[in-house]
Amino acid sequence: MDYATLLQLLDSTLRLATPLLLACLAGLYSERSGVFDIGLEGKMLVAAMCAGAVAFYTGSAWLGALAGIGGSLIFALIHGVTSITFRGNQLIAGVALNFLASGLTVLTAQALFGQGGRTPPLTGAARFGELTLPFAEALRPVPLIGPLYAEVISGHSVLVYMAFAIVALTWWVLYRTRYGLRLRAVGENPAAVDTAGVSVAGLRFSAVMVTGVLCGLAGAYMATALQAGFGKEMTAGRGYIALAALIFAKWRPVQAMWACLLFGFFQALATRPDIVEGIVRVKVPVSFIEALPYILTVIVLAGFIGKAIPPRAGGEPYVKER
Amino acid sequence: MDRLPRWADVALVPFVSLTLAAIISALVIVAIGQDPWEAITVMVQGSVMNAYGWGYTLYYATSFIFTGLAVTVAFHAGLFNIGGEGQAQLGGLGVALTLLFIPWPHWTIALVAASLGAALFGAAWAAIPAYLQAKRGSHIVITTIMFNYIAASLMIFMLVDVLRPPGKMDPATANFPPATHLPSFNEIPGLNLIFTSGVPANVTFFIALAMAVVVWLLLWRTRLGYQIRAFGKSEPAARYAGINPTKIIMIAMLISGGLAGLMAINNVMGEAERLLGNSASGAGFIGIAVALMGRNHPIGVVLAALLFGFLFQGGAELGLWTKIPIELRTVVQGLVILFTGALDMMVRMLLVRIFALFRTSRLEAA
Amino acid sequence: MADPAYAIELKGISKAFGPVQANRDINIAVPKGTIHGIIGENGAGKSTLMSILYGFYKADAGQIFVNGQLTPIPDSQSAIRAGIGMVFQHFKLVQNFSVLENIILGAEDGQMLNSSLSKARKELERLARDYELEVDPDALIEDLSVGHQQRVEILKALYRQADILILDEPTGVLTPDEADHLFRILKGLKDQGKTVILITHKLREIMEATDNVSVMRRGTMVATVKTAETSPEQLAELMVGRKVLLEVQKGAARPGEVVLSVKDLRVRDEHRVERLKGVSFEIRAGEILGIAGVAGNGQSELLAALGGMQVATGSVTLKGAVLPLSGAGSDGQSRRSAGIAHVPEDRHHHGLILDFTAWENVAFGYFNDPRYQKSRLFMDNDAIRADTERKMAKFDIRPPIPTLAAKSFSGGNQQKIVVAREMEQNPALLLIGQPTRGVDIGAIEFIHNQIIALRDAGAAILLVSVELDEIMSLSDRIAVMFDGRIMGFRDPETTDERELGLLMAGVAGKEAA
Repeated sequence: MDYATLLQLLDSTLRLATPLLLACLAGLYSERSGVFDIGLEGKMLVAAMCAGAVAFYTGSAWLGALAGIGGSLIFALIHGVTSITFRGNQLIAGVALNFLASGLTVLTAQALFGQGGRTPPLTGAARFGELTLPFAEALRPVPLIGPLYAEVISGHSVLVYMAFAIVALTWWVLYRTRYGLRLRAVGENPAAVDTAGVSVAGLRFSAVMVTGVLCGLAGAYMATALQAGFGKEMTAGRGYIALAALIFAKWRPVQAMWACLLFGFFQALATRPDIVEGIVRVKVPVSFIEALPYILTVIVLAGFIGKAIPPRAGGEPYVKER
Repeated sequence: MDRLPRWADVALVPFVSLTLAAIISALVIVAIGQDPWEAITVMVQGSVMNAYGWGYTLYYATSFIFTGLAVTVAFHAGLFNIGGEGQAQLGGLGVALTLLFIPWPHWTIALVAASLGAALFGAAWAAIPAYLQAKRGSHIVITTIMFNYIAASLMIFMLVDVLRPPGKMDPATANFPPATHLPSFNEIPGLNLIFTSGVPANVTFFIALAMAVVVWLLLWRTRLGYQIRAFGKSEPAARYAGINPTKIIMIAMLISGGLAGLMAINNVMGEAERLLGNSASGAGFIGIAVALMGRNHPIGVVLAALLFGFLFQGGAELGLWTKIPIELRTVVQGLVILFTGALDMMVRMLLVRIFALFRTSRLEAA
Repeated sequence: MADPAYAIELKGISKAFGPVQANRDINIAVPKGTIHGIIGENGAGKSTLMSILYGFYKADAGQIFVNGQLTPIPDSQSAIRAGIGMVFQHFKLVQNFSVLENIILGAEDGQMLNSSLSKARKELERLARDYELEVDPDALIEDLSVGHQQRVEILKALYRQADILILDEPTGVLTPDEADHLFRILKGLKDQGKTVILITHKLREIMEATDNVSVMRRGTMVATVKTAETSPEQLAELMVGRKVLLEVQKGAARPGEVVLSVKDLRVRDEHRVERLKGVSFEIRAGEILGIAGVAGNGQSELLAALGGMQVATGSVTLKGAVLPLSGAGSDGQSRRSAGIAHVPEDRHHHGLILDFTAWENVAFGYFNDPRYQKSRLFMDNDAIRADTERKMAKFDIRPPIPTLAAKSFSGGNQQKIVVAREMEQNPALLLIGQPTRGVDIGAIEFIHNQIIALRDAGAAILLVSVELDEIMSLSDRIAVMFDGRIMGFRDPETTDERELGLLMAGVAGKEAA
């Protein structure tokens, strides 16, 4: 494999890792607060549809992204009311929301556009354009670094850079702010937070809402940056891969970034089986590469590469004990 | 919190949940500019008003009974098996391998062998998550989700690279030998007087009903079922009673996976007569809704499966005859899971309030 | 308006949980700068009262005055603002947080952590100096001993500038050394002008540490006295009301051959900490061995190991046959088939499946019993129901409806279901833990008589109870456990509560062993 191919691969790794990363960070907030969320997929899908539709009508990718966040927030709110207010089963709620999203998005898109559950193709300002970073062209002649900067680092939509900035922001919020301290505490021992005079439900709701916002960005990226418009089931299991990455990263933000880059790399590889074949010199089925994130996650869950211990109070609605 | 009378618990709670789901579905139909009344008319017309519709409704219901029972058995052991979809796909592989490479003389023998193959493969696919849950404490919900995706990849690999006949383009196996053809309702003497044209519902329907009885006997009449239920209610108490947690988790999940796998004799052997990609087509997930709505009781599961069979067939008719997309049934499915599963507490609280209101007004009247 | 000399004054506090009246018209006044004890039996309503004071529950009626001011306390935040700090029986700490992080949680200064943490670190040093509360601020809670975790809880309250500190059963989990240290800390707090409320059911602690003591019984406040002017005997009588005649009619034991022989039994918990440190004893047929001791000194582990719920090492023989303590044959089923019945300490978590019906619970643990089988494949549910009806009649379980869920029975009747199930097996050995916890007086008497009857029928009985009265009146021999060991054996005829109490506190251990 030559350098140019590697750069291509890394470039698409970054593109493909971005929605995973946004959804993964989204899940991090919810799960760190003690609300398990297997409904990331559904929230992303709803966001993608809302973003695609509004971007088409307004011609603005930014308004699309806002709409995506709005749609995702509504689903996050349902998840919060179900699992925090009514203390329902968080996992079942997530499953329900995924199905709701899967059906509602097609119904809505079909009702609006009549194109078989898609939005019309987005063009121009309705999509997030590629940003060329400063000096990208000037530095290109520099050996190794130059092409890396120009080809891989530069030339992505603003959402890609936002995603990575949110990694740093999340780390900072989690470990350097009061909110982060409380968030980590409420997922481990809500009684400690409650007796300290802080509202458990309030904290959890806020976390679930942040999850909604970030899933909204992930979905918006899918419809208005990675692709040109919403298509039926376009998230294609990315919400679950993000969940896998979150477990792989043991619910930590920086590790989540590496996990998403790794899984994004697998996705990029799956589109180029010729490269894999060239390296390992045997024909590797594409489906195997596609399954790799899931297989790795199972291995991590089994505790063979360090134990993945979820937040201790995760999955359990908080009830004051007598 | 006050308790509800038993009849309310068994019948009223699911009914109210279902009504809420129906109302919101109707609102969704209105929101996309269509007529809910027209929708329900088309659905009823196309699925239960004639034998042909019933032939499809019962075909779908058959699959859902299997996957609903699968979720039910795991639920009673306190395990949420989301992996029915993958297990059902693997069941399909089991059926295909059994039927493609051994020349069976008659469909009855083939049926027995294929059932074994389906159950075995489904159970095997549930075995790894079960083992990881029992021995390493890995959350079964996450592992079964992962195994759904691994199953999907494995099936693509098997169909594209291994089982695809030479020269064929579509990812599917060759057709099964004609001798393995299962009688459809229109081919069964007696039933063929009702079902005059070809329908996909086949003898597997009766196997599904039999399995519902078997699951009921298992859970409420055998020592194993007793232990499964006790373990599902309280793990520490089960330990006190000398119930082996590893054994119960493994057995419950193997039965669950086996039941999900068995679904394949309905759709793969009975209908498609070859193994196609995405063979389970969501039935594994619908099992979750069916089990929740059926209150994890085999009778409830059969009734809920019939309802979802109607929804599926009716939904398909909607797609054909109206402007309402077929995906409406996914929406209804999500709503049913939401209300009967996750918002159960809300519905109960609502009913308790209403009951309390009645009680006080009766007291005042008296 | 109330007297400002009182740190806390409660007037007419009432609280009900459904049909249970946990607190009834409670009045209490706690003078500033004193250590005030609240004593009462389990379930007397002490913890409920303090939870109301800390804003964890809302009282149905009544008023709270803090320093003479009427102070509504709808939530914990208000309690903290009013200067009240609480150390719960079960600590409310985040296990994988550092001490410092736990201390500032909920009491941070501003949005950023760094300034809060450095301020807390300084404050912690000061508090440690002032009150003998040394603890490593950077240690993770999960690495700390229970005694140190408790210090963190106290520090949490002091960091929030609590002037009134409530401690709920603080010594239940402490070693005597740690408990002594705690009392020194409390005295130090008092000397600094803080008010301490100490909730306990241990007379010794009240006599040792408090200035005044209030006695609660069955949800009411029966008396408040100066500690110096009372005696343990008087307090004990106030706690149980009219001296309850817990005398059990029993004849002398006629011990037969040795049924259970335990040698050097050891149990480690999931954190590899040794909880049972080499226990040896024998029980003969027709004999009751009572195990006395403060909760958490290895009694639960002893029952669990013998009942097949926990892996152990050492040697145990039942009528001469060796019982495996780990691996195959060490589970509850094997124990039952060997002739051991087990009434567990905690009927809600172990003894019953609350969602199961009464008849299903009667088969619990005995689902393999041949009497309950219809064929090799199926259970005979009708036979179990019939057996349940018989047991319900014999043990006067009310209501006598086998199809009613276990959770619908009262505590006493739930316990009777468990006792009936286990005793009716006619076991060679009965393990029975806290037989009358949360059980009404009538049922207590009934269960005690059943235990004696089973003894007279020739069973060996291992009785574990934290109620000393129960141990004294039922046992033929008493073993006292402390810190995972048996401190000594005593004859109930010749010993008294004082001597047992000393053994239970691990004080006279060496001389006694």
